[in-house]
Amino acid sequence: MSAHLQPTGSAYFIAKETALPEIHTLSVLVDNEPGVLARVIGLFSGRGYNIESLTVSETEHEKHLSRITIVTRGTPHVLEQIKHQLERIVPVHRVVDLSVRAGELGQDRPLERELALVKVTGTGDARVEALRLAEAFRANVIDANTEHFIFEITGKVSKIEQFISIMKPLGLAEVCRTGVAAMNRGPQGM
Amino acid sequence: MTNRQEETGRREMTGAEMVVQALKDNGVKHLFGYPGGAVLPIYDELFQQDDVEHILVRHEQGAGHAAEGYARSTGKAGVMLVTSGPGATNAVTPLQDALMDSIPLVCITGQVPTPLIGSDAFQECDTVGITRPCTKHNWLVKDVNELAAIIHEAFHVATTGRPGPVVVDIPKDVQFAKGIYTPPQTAPRTSYQPKVQGDLDKIKAAVALMAEAKRPIIYSGGGVINSGAEASHLLRELVDLTGFPITSTLMGLGAYPAGGKNWVGMLGMHGTYEANMAMHDCDVMVCIGARFDDRITGRLNAFSPNSKKIHIDIDPSSINKNVRVDVPILGDVGHVLEDMVRLWRATAKADKKALYPWWEQIAKWRARDSLAYKNNADVIMPQFAIQRLYEASKGHDTYITTEVGQHQMWAAQHFGFEKPNRWMTSGGLGTMGYGLPAALGVQIAHPDALVIDIAGDASVQMTMQEMSTAVQYGAPIKIFILNNQYMGMVRQWQQLLHGNRLSHSYTEAMPDFVKLAEAYGGHGIRCEKPGDLDDAIAEMISVKKPVLFDCRVANLANCFPMIPSGKAHNEMLLPDEATDEAVANAIDAKGRELV
Repeated sequence: MSAHLQPTGSAYFIAKETALPEIHTLSVLVDNEPGVLARVIGLFSGRGYNIESLTVSETEHEKHLSRITIVTRGTPHVLEQIKHQLERIVPVHRVVDLSVRAGELGQDRPLERELALVKVTGTGDARVEALRLAEAFRANVIDANTEHFIFEITGKVSKIEQFISIMKPLGLAEVCRTGVAAMNRGPQGM
Repeated sequence: MTNRQEETGRREMTGAEMVVQALKDNGVKHLFGYPGGAVLPIYDELFQQDDVEHILVRHEQGAGHAAEGYARSTGKAGVMLVTSGPGATNAVTPLQDALMDSIPLVCITGQVPTPLIGSDAFQECDTVGITRPCTKHNWLVKDVNELAAIIHEAFHVATTGRPGPVVVDIPKDVQFAKGIYTPPQTAPRTSYQPKVQGDLDKIKAAVALMAEAKRPIIYSGGGVINSGAEASHLLRELVDLTGFPITSTLMGLGAYPAGGKNWVGMLGMHGTYEANMAMHDCDVMVCIGARFDDRITGRLNAFSPNSKKIHIDIDPSSINKNVRVDVPILGDVGHVLEDMVRLWRATAKADKKALYPWWEQIAKWRARDSLAYKNNADVIMPQFAIQRLYEASKGHDTYITTEVGQHQMWAAQHFGFEKPNRWMTSGGLGTMGYGLPAALGVQIAHPDALVIDIAGDASVQMTMQEMSTAVQYGAPIKIFILNNQYMGMVRQWQQLLHGNRLSHSYTEAMPDFVKLAEAYGGHGIRCEKPGDLDDAIAEMISVKKPVLFDCRVANLANCFPMIPSGKAHNEMLLPDEATDEAVANAIDAKGRELV
């Protein structure tokens, strides 16, 4: 009987996770009513899911529908749970895993774009270099005086990340990012 | 008022009037509540009518559990009404309890007036914020003209799909304000469309799998009971047609009768040996309205390793959550079973002879007699007490509620349930203090029934105050306390996992439950000898008052069989291997290795 009684020190059975996490982008269509964003975010924090990026805005004013785009990280099993848990929320109309959808369409990943405002301060060579690099990245100058620029840059997350890291030694003072907006390629709607 | 308005049910009234009217229009006969500043206008309306009876509890948690008991024993929504701030926070435990056990519960809370929200006003709390994760949905009503529609929607959301709790938070100024009342609408909101009909191809695949099974098992759960009486009826029909053995979760007891010939007992941590072994060794598992909870599965990577699994559930997030299944069927259990039974009749011929070897194997497991215990002539064994209670209750219209702990598991093991909706227990959340107020709720719904709370001495003290409510409403609930002076399940785990160091699991100062019953105006009974038990139980049943029955049981009895933590279904600890001494000694020797 002693074999039965090896204590494990816990009242719960915890299995080790072996699957590798993936990054997926989800589009969630919701009724734009008070608290709906809190429901979505609360679900993620309450169940221990990750949010890498989140954007939300009303997209259909007549129907009061908002579209929430969430970039999340998890194992395929967890990602499937996230989708189903989101679908349980009463004001949620639809949840589409854009990354899965892209795979079904034979594409690598969904179209994803982000916008960032990047404030860089400095004078002399650093300032010139910042402007030159901004042009290379097709960032627009939307505000400037003799001591600073504010660049507006749009593109893939990796491009924005790269731009910001390049600006760091050139006097990076402030960054604001919108988070990812995403949709699948092709003529079909969500 | 114009005639046209009268015809459509639309008319002007105050928010408080709307609440009462909406309750009536949704068929509410009873609600459980506690008044306070922020709900006084609603209480004023309740005072002026007789259609909806209000049951005044002694603590808001009691109102919630009473409403849960009411809901589970009737299949209708339970309703509670509480004030803002502490009223709402006290409702949180029953809300989460109802969420985890899928109980339709409509909770109406008062809120401070709209202009004061966010000002830290007296008895203000962020009710929708606090209750968001413990409800299926909740609403803060800021416009009186939306109030009626929201209450109707609340009932709809609570009772359809996978049932659950909802909160409607109504600021006091909205209760006073006048607006247009709208009757319940048939058109629900577009985003909420639970799928009830199962995919026919999937059901066909399931039937084909079942027809080929050599070692099948049906594993049913609370979803069968939630789906309604017809679902239980269909489940019984399916079992008869297929000849499959059937086990059930704690929540599903009664959907298939304990006296049925295919019944192998409850499964899971404290389930029977035959049920768990059959789960482990089966080749086809049909999970109907259950969710592969961790108390059911044991060690996940050793859970029923060689079976094809069919899972019927109305909640897509329950499917493939803990256990990967081969045939997922999304839909209401009743609807899916109807299709399944029809398809089985049409296509599958049950070859019951093919199942003989499987039934022989099950008979061998059953012969281990895993629920056996050593009876004692001098001390009441808790299992014996439940068995005598069960025998005495036969012939009565009986409903059982429980608290949480050893007594709960013994009740599940030794009390036989023949019908659905007769067993009310806190399964998911494991709420000590659930049973007494739940019994009150059941008794309000079924005034002439025999309603027994099988309780533990520790749990029952958590909501003891509702004895006063039971006395006030003449609800003759029977609180059958298995009194061993310990938090028995806590102690059992301390013995198993913490080197028998019994840290704070012994109650050194126990109230005199007989005097306590009398102090409340109820009836108290104490029983200490096995020979006196039957007479004492007969007395309890015959008394037409709330009863506290102090049943003094063997203090150190433990609940077996048991799947120890981290073990699989086929690694159960059986009672003949686990005498109290053996358990304590084995753990003492291993104690130092503990994490």
